[in-house]
Amino acid sequence: MVGPRLPAMLKDAGLTTLVAAALGIFIVGFRTVDVGSRTGLGFDYEFADLGVALVVIFVGRFGLSLASIGLRWPAIALGAVMAAVGASPLELPSGFLHWFVVLGGVLLAIRAAWPWANQAFATAVATPGGRALDRLAAKWIGVLMLGFALVLPALPFADQKTMDLGVLILTYVMLGWGLNIVVGLAGLLDLGYVAFYAVGAYAYALLSTQHGLGFWAVLPLAGMFAATFGVLLGFPVLRLRGDYLAIVTLGFGEIIRLVILNWVDFTNGPAGIGSIPGPTLFGAVFAETAPAGKQTVAEMLGIPFDSNQRLIFLYYIILVLALVTNLFTQRMRALPVGRAWEALREDETACKALGINPTNTKLTAFAIGAMFAGFAGSFFAAKQRFISPESFTFIESAIILAIVVLGGMGSQIGVVLAAILLIGLPEWFRDLGNYRMLAFGLAMVLIMVFRPRGLIAHREPSIRLHPVASGGSG
Amino acid sequence: MATLIEVEHLSMRFGGLVAVDDISFTGQPRQITAIIGPNGAGKTTVFNCITGFYKPTIGRLTLHGDRDYLLERMLGHEIGQRARVARTFQNIRLFPAMTVLENLMVAQHNKLMAASGMSIFGLLGLARWRTAEARAVELARAWLERIDLVDVADRPAGELPYGAQRRLEIARAMCTEPRLLCLDEPAAGLNPRESADLNKLLVSIRDLDGIGVLLIEHDMSVVMNISDHIVVLDYGRKIAEGDPAAIQRDPAVIRAYLGTDESGDDA
Repeated sequence: MVGPRLPAMLKDAGLTTLVAAALGIFIVGFRTVDVGSRTGLGFDYEFADLGVALVVIFVGRFGLSLASIGLRWPAIALGAVMAAVGASPLELPSGFLHWFVVLGGVLLAIRAAWPWANQAFATAVATPGGRALDRLAAKWIGVLMLGFALVLPALPFADQKTMDLGVLILTYVMLGWGLNIVVGLAGLLDLGYVAFYAVGAYAYALLSTQHGLGFWAVLPLAGMFAATFGVLLGFPVLRLRGDYLAIVTLGFGEIIRLVILNWVDFTNGPAGIGSIPGPTLFGAVFAETAPAGKQTVAEMLGIPFDSNQRLIFLYYIILVLALVTNLFTQRMRALPVGRAWEALREDETACKALGINPTNTKLTAFAIGAMFAGFAGSFFAAKQRFISPESFTFIESAIILAIVVLGGMGSQIGVVLAAILLIGLPEWFRDLGNYRMLAFGLAMVLIMVFRPRGLIAHREPSIRLHPVASGGSG
Repeated sequence: MATLIEVEHLSMRFGGLVAVDDISFTGQPRQITAIIGPNGAGKTTVFNCITGFYKPTIGRLTLHGDRDYLLERMLGHEIGQRARVARTFQNIRLFPAMTVLENLMVAQHNKLMAASGMSIFGLLGLARWRTAEARAVELARAWLERIDLVDVADRPAGELPYGAQRRLEIARAMCTEPRLLCLDEPAAGLNPRESADLNKLLVSIRDLDGIGVLLIEHDMSVVMNISDHIVVLDYGRKIAEGDPAAIQRDPAVIRAYLGTDESGDDA
């Protein structure tokens, strides 16, 4: 079966290797090094690294060709050998190459075995038992995740690092759910979502440090400010469609950041705003010693002070905020506005013909999405106690958008999974150093290859005529 | 009986192209008025003017409802909302990812929006909202029964077969409870049996619901069987008007459809 096609396959693998060599020779093959004050920069030649990488690429491409003509087992074996070589104590020119070889082998094996896994999954889901299990999983996965999130601080492995990560992930889950209203439901591509996050953060930072207002008083105000900005931006630009809207929102995000950066009198510019007070619990502060006229939480509750208490408190605040976002969105989806959002995403012209005011409908989506970003922003300021324009760059908007899109547009659970994947993975793989962004990129590519419509592409109807049991049949 | 819609001296120009040239006609309630003509005659342009997708260059469009609505002065969505003119599209425009039932619920948006108190009553789950929603579902169910799609109510609209999508789009337009229904080639792509079903549906909309229908159609088995009045357009002008029997005999219409006979051997 291989015989006659072997030359073509080898040629294809060779060509791929050649392209990789041409691309890689300057990036991987040379490294500039400081060789002392007089001569300045010199070159280190790392052709051994390049050589190993090219061998991996050649073998990998050849393995993919094998898999594509139906020789899955040899391809998987090839992948396994590669992974074994990478994991072996064999001397390779650099530590990262071990990772690269293992990763290449594993990817090849997964890619070769994927059609089987896919088919096995499809057959399993098609059986009555499988279908029931599938429905059960869809119903309970959210409840299970919520339960886990609720008890996380009490679990034995929940040290400070885990809790910090938990707060970070939940912040992005909340932002993802907020943006999901705009992008997932209303179908408005917003590339400047972080601007509203910044408005919320600066609203709390300025009102608390200059006017002495507390977190709980500012929280609704921050949401209102952000929503107002949403309406102000939305009014002129929401008649644009698709790409045009994306570009204008991108510009808006940058404008807000630049204003914050340059309006030094008001925002303290690039130096940022520091010593922002944290949230209080019934007026008591989280600190070892209370400022004059205040009480610490430890004193109020009569428990010993522990620096983790503040973190756990923050964790529950963001959990509640995120859940409010979610419940609100779920409720809205089943109301006329929510249905109109989804209808607008599907077909704006048809909406107009049905007498739906597209501008107003889009504005509500934009304002509500912005409001939740404002809430999240003021939480962020209260958690960090220091904010500067650097926290609100375009990459934040891009990450939040990636969470929504990779999660599956409009899917609430999908946002959670994607946030765990995209925020959690890079943090867990911090040991990889700079290569952790590679893990981030890889996760994105894998999702795009295997789940092109997002992790959870299933859409649950907002209303049913028939009860669920008969809903899916027919 | 009072006239429902009056089109007076309607002209629509796109740059140098005159798509519609000084057309006048009227549509009556409880009547099906067909607009026919060869391709490019300006039929859909007339529809787009009536439903607010185009602003006419010249002309007056009046809908006589609870008061007189001057359609050419209204925004696109207001025509559906206030004047209650509903339409369907030549290339079906459903909300494909949403279910059949959801499509019909979206059509009742303005009514439900008021009942949900701009969403506030709805968020609180007040009884007033719940009864309004239940009533909207009942209206949707009644229409699903009429178009025979009750069984697939919870399936995404985009998964329905073509003919069912056509029927659903008409039902969706009817769920807005319109005074005037504009149908743009509803029989396009239907097989003869589906076409006959469509005839029955349109006649029942005229006779049971008692509203006026404007119909653009190429399928003459539909037009000649159910129309009460026919307006014939060619190159943006009205060339004939009358009942089906008169139109079938009209020399100008025959010439427009079969080609000019000036050279004597053209047709």
